[in-house]
Amino acid sequence: MATPTFRFDPVEMPPEARELRKEVRAFIKEHEHLMGFSKGEYNRDFSRAMGKKGWIGMTWPKQYGGHERSSFERYVVIEEMLVAGAPLSAHYTSDRQSGPNILRFGTEEQKNYFIPRMAAGELAFCIGMSEPNSGSDLAGTRTRAVKVDGGYKINGSKLWTSNAHRADYAILFCKMAGDGKEEPDRHAGATQFLLDLKTPGIEIRPVINLLGEHHFNEIFLTDVFVPDNRLLGKEGNGWNQVTSELSFERSAPDRFLVLFQMLREMIRMAGPNPDKATAAALGKLIAQLATLRSMSVSIAGMLQEGINPNNESAVVKDLGTRYEQDIPVVARQLFPTEPELEAIDLYTSMIARSTMNAPRFSIQGGTREILRGIIARGLGLR
Amino acid sequence: MAIRDETRMLLESMGRLFEDHCTKQVADAAETGVFPQTLWDAVAETGVPLAALPESAGGADAEWSDLYAALRVAARFSAPIPLAETMLAGWAAAACGLEVSDGPMTVGPVRASDRLSLTRDGNGWRLSGIASRLPYASFASRAVLIVDGPDGEMAVSLDGTGGAEVAKGKNIANEARDTLTFADIRLPADQAAPVAGGVSRAALYRRGALARATMMSGALEKAMDLAVTYAQERVQFGRPISKFQAVQQNLAVLAGQTAAAVAAANLGIEALGHPDPEREAFLIGVAKTRVGEAATLACEIAHQVHGAIGFTKEYALQLSTRRLWSWREEFGGDPEWAAHVGAYTCRNGADAFWPMLTAD
Repeated sequence: MATPTFRFDPVEMPPEARELRKEVRAFIKEHEHLMGFSKGEYNRDFSRAMGKKGWIGMTWPKQYGGHERSSFERYVVIEEMLVAGAPLSAHYTSDRQSGPNILRFGTEEQKNYFIPRMAAGELAFCIGMSEPNSGSDLAGTRTRAVKVDGGYKINGSKLWTSNAHRADYAILFCKMAGDGKEEPDRHAGATQFLLDLKTPGIEIRPVINLLGEHHFNEIFLTDVFVPDNRLLGKEGNGWNQVTSELSFERSAPDRFLVLFQMLREMIRMAGPNPDKATAAALGKLIAQLATLRSMSVSIAGMLQEGINPNNESAVVKDLGTRYEQDIPVVARQLFPTEPELEAIDLYTSMIARSTMNAPRFSIQGGTREILRGIIARGLGLR
Repeated sequence: MAIRDETRMLLESMGRLFEDHCTKQVADAAETGVFPQTLWDAVAETGVPLAALPESAGGADAEWSDLYAALRVAARFSAPIPLAETMLAGWAAAACGLEVSDGPMTVGPVRASDRLSLTRDGNGWRLSGIASRLPYASFASRAVLIVDGPDGEMAVSLDGTGGAEVAKGKNIANEARDTLTFADIRLPADQAAPVAGGVSRAALYRRGALARATMMSGALEKAMDLAVTYAQERVQFGRPISKFQAVQQNLAVLAGQTAAAVAAANLGIEALGHPDPEREAFLIGVAKTRVGEAATLACEIAHQVHGAIGFTKEYALQLSTRRLWSWREEFGGDPEWAAHVGAYTCRNGADAFWPMLTAD
């Protein structure tokens, strides 16, 4: 057939991944008091404990404090943690994208400084991409860097920066200040920096989300000085780098396992002998989940073989967010209740949290429309 | 489980065979009730229809995963032949020590509600009951059925339709679906045997459902290929319609659903022969459920992208979509299998759900 198709070859988990799963489940049991539903908890102690187990930066080179384990082993750790509702937020961004980004584009000094600290769960990163006028259109960034003696001076702002108020560093995406003329290439001058969030000139303000929680922030940068050795990659190569970083972001299984505990609770409520309509509604979600998981394991197999799963990751994220947004919709039909966030009844609070969180799923990490644009490009349509 | 070289070669040669012998003219002619003998002979010559049988029985001990992959290829070409049915009939008959044929065969029952019973009559047997909508039964050299015998399930391998009253029918792709009524039909002793070798009515139903799910994934690949190609050729408002974002977004959804359908069917294929039949049924149920959902969404988009031309008999899209709408309901539709998946999960309990998904 002429049309390119997206390949999700079936793969089997190697035996060492199955062994590891037992160990991860035992660890989760030990830390049961820290597990919860879909809150994205930030717990530095837990991240350090994960680092001690060798479960951050699992596939990174040992030379930099990584563990050189397979993509399948990493997959097992992440999916078990997500299903348990473990507090991963303090290290997950480093593990998923900032670390791989530095390993790919960073200098020897940067790798030696950052990677071991990330792998130990000591150093927390956040993502400095979006801006007030540059969301999906990242190339429209208005934050500007100017070369000065010994480094760069940066001015501008970032928005929707999750956990900036408690992270140590951001990978900042911006552009080199030009001569004021309109650049014909919208990606020209794009550059990434490793930004220490304690640098003078940085102001971080909370943006409270619709659940009343503080994850988002707005970051203001006024004449912020970044030394030469904290330029990531090359000046002007930022577009290439940020595209690669986003591809790491999308390939993770966290795009369809956030509401796992809620689906499990619905199965519990249905009881051992549900009526046929209830069984069918649950069965449809279960079939979606089983399929997504097999596609996602297949992506881990591609990563293991060094294949870039850019298109496949976009497909899984698009299907995964649709599935997760369906869960509260099906839930309210099967088991109606008035949602209440702080309800004592677990399910009632789950339906409140998932209903309010649902819109986020198809926005973060690339909106549904952007993802479908990537898929269309993969089909050769753009 | 990377795709093996032998598998790839088999699929490439099957692809070439269908390219040559399964043109739209052949598919169109078959819809008028003429069996595509030349196509069947070409397929039979490859040995694929009976390849699952042991070498001692004239087969090749082939992997089922390869044969299901071949079904996917056949379905891409809308091949109007009982390839899946012949594979399954050969498997069931040979495992039970009954006669097989290298001609087209049918297999059943295909409906969970059908009742067929076999009683002793001297040295032989008498067969009663109805086998509804057997695929290609009126063209079949043999019909292999799993029936209720006096001491449990038995397999029968009938010469042709074995003297049944045949009521011809068809699905909406005009594939023959003929209902056989057996009114105490006498069968010789050697046409029936107790089930053996993993053959059972439930196992046949599962394998049939998986065959349809796999074929649907192939038909979806074809529908997607047609839609993407057409969108790049069709010019409106001065440019190919594939340049419009609304069309691109639809095609991206179509591609995602198609990829999910192939992945889901593969989950079922991997589960074939699992020592726990309930596990096999669960994963085949996942496959039929997910592929059915994909088919519903994908047919809608493939037609939408094509506009009016896709709604004509002249254009090939309908060969795929009418099959998808038919196969979606055969061997249990997606709502039925979804209920099975849900009931099985609930029976095992919420706490067993994640270990069940990871099989650990």
